[in-house]
Amino acid sequence: MSGRSKVILAALAVLGLVTLVSALYTVSETEQVIITQFGEPMGQAVTQAGLHLKVLFAQESNVFDKRWLEWNGNANQVPTRDKKYIGVETYARWRIANPLLFFQRLRDERGAQSRLDDIIDGETRNVIASHDLIEAVRTTNRAFEKAEEAEDIMEAESMRQIELGRDKITRLILERVSNVVPDYGIELVDVQIQRINYIESVQAKVFDRMISERKRIADRHRSEGQGKSAEVRGKKERELKVIESEAYRKTQEIMGRGDAEATSIYAEAYNHNRELYRFLKTMETYRSTIDKESWLVLSTSTDVFRYLQSQNAVGNTGKSAVPNR
Amino acid sequence: MASQGVGFDPEEFSRLAREAGVRLRGSRRPLMLVGLVIVGLVALYSSYYQVEPDEVGLVTRFGRFVRTCTPGPHAKFPFGIERVQKVPVQRQLKQEFGFRTARADIQSSFHKDEKTEAESVMLTGDLNVATVEWIVQYKISDPYKYLFRMRDVEETFRLMTEASMRTVVGDHSVTELLTVGREAIAAKAKELLSHLCKLYDNGISVQQLILQNVDPPEAVKPSFNAVNQAIQERERAINEAWAEYNQEIPRARGLAEQKIQAAEGYAIDRVNRAKGDAQRFVALEEQYRKAPEVTRTRIYLETLAAALPAAGKKLIFDEKAKGILPMFPLGPVQAEVKP
Repeated sequence: MSGRSKVILAALAVLGLVTLVSALYTVSETEQVIITQFGEPMGQAVTQAGLHLKVLFAQESNVFDKRWLEWNGNANQVPTRDKKYIGVETYARWRIANPLLFFQRLRDERGAQSRLDDIIDGETRNVIASHDLIEAVRTTNRAFEKAEEAEDIMEAESMRQIELGRDKITRLILERVSNVVPDYGIELVDVQIQRINYIESVQAKVFDRMISERKRIADRHRSEGQGKSAEVRGKKERELKVIESEAYRKTQEIMGRGDAEATSIYAEAYNHNRELYRFLKTMETYRSTIDKESWLVLSTSTDVFRYLQSQNAVGNTGKSAVPNR
Repeated sequence: MASQGVGFDPEEFSRLAREAGVRLRGSRRPLMLVGLVIVGLVALYSSYYQVEPDEVGLVTRFGRFVRTCTPGPHAKFPFGIERVQKVPVQRQLKQEFGFRTARADIQSSFHKDEKTEAESVMLTGDLNVATVEWIVQYKISDPYKYLFRMRDVEETFRLMTEASMRTVVGDHSVTELLTVGREAIAAKAKELLSHLCKLYDNGISVQQLILQNVDPPEAVKPSFNAVNQAIQERERAINEAWAEYNQEIPRARGLAEQKIQAAEGYAIDRVNRAKGDAQRFVALEEQYRKAPEVTRTRIYLETLAAALPAAGKKLIFDEKAKGILPMFPLGPVQAEVKP
């Protein structure tokens, strides 16, 4: 072979290799591919990962993701049915279920995102606006556990029974959206309400309400404390009176019994000789009543001093204060 | 292993290259040699990889998943024919909500800003507002699903966690959230999050969900503290009343007992004295009966003998001497006249 023909052969070999390589394309585990021929899609998508072959030059591969893809909603300001302005943020996860349809209707993910914005945000607004706030907040009708410090101060509104609840509300949004998106080759796995918050001006009012609620609880505790302590003091007063009066009753009873017994003993003894008792007691009285402060003014006609008058008075003892004729 | 099986020996390689270069023109020989060495090095480099102890490696060939590799050194086809993605399956991963750890240390420092605040503010079931901070710990239980089922798994996991937490908090009152319900809320949120992981099939398994700081909003905090203060005040008032009770009642009981004992003493005293007096009287009376007249006079006179000297002033007058009595200045002194 001449040098020239060698060069030509080498060039041809390189060209052949390049052609073969450009007819090959890879599909990764996360991808699916639509083959288009002069812009026209050729059959269903290639979802099997690996190395694939296509027709040279005429065909082009359009790659789509196969995974669950993100869609994050914007914070929607929505009035609920009970006229509460809230911000709702939702997220959804979706995938390209029918790449061909997706390719035909939306072209690419950017198109899909903007369409999902329209659909999901729209349905979220619709569903939230046609229900009360409580429906989107609570999930069940479980009764709140009552903590020691906050009995029955619950707002009547928050104690209202819900009909649907958050779970069913999100499912309602999912259902409605799921009715529409298959037209775009999209499948939704889930829509969730990520955040619900009051808008700023409402929030201030809610804070005021919370403050006044807490104040009510605090006042209630304070007055409860005063009430309970008064109760304890009352109990104390009562018991003091009971104790004191009972003690008084008992002491009087005991003393009375003692007095009675003593009296009966005296009476029994003195009844033997009443006259003697009177005499002795009188004598005792003299001893105890006459002291150095006393003035005694005695007549000579008294028994003791009658001898001062006359000797003759003798013989009249036994009679007190016998007048001298 | 392929990389080691190549048995790359520079001596051998240069010898082969020299023999091959015999037919080539002398001037091109060194250039060819350099090119071949570079290609060989790249092939060697791109076919070797190592999987760390807490990871597994997932190998794809032309994009298609072919095998999973355990930790250690491995070889693959070079030049991008096979690619490896490493997933830390053994590692305990963590996401923080409502705060970020700025620096984890013995004394960790935390960081909060508007973004984290937005994560933590949420509505409670009684339509109040609370700020909740929490963390979630998770592991990648299925690396295949983790890599190939969902795009941006980590960010999605954040959203899932937020949605779960808000759903559960939305079903509890603010009081429950702040006091008795913490554990139940964390448990339920974890359950819900695990359910979502299963639904999205993202290869993550939730290990733990732990509530950190749970507070009323800043603006409302003082009033929550006021409630606690009021509770303290209530307890104090009641305790004080009971303290008074406990101080006074036992004392009153003691005093009452004292009075009763004293009364009993009085009664016994009275009875004993009565008995004594009675005995004495009876004994006296017995003797009196034997000689009443004399005894009587004796007692009378004895008594006067004892009693009269005690009197401070004595005046003995004769009834016939009239007019003396009125002249005594009895004025200030109480005169006691006993018959």
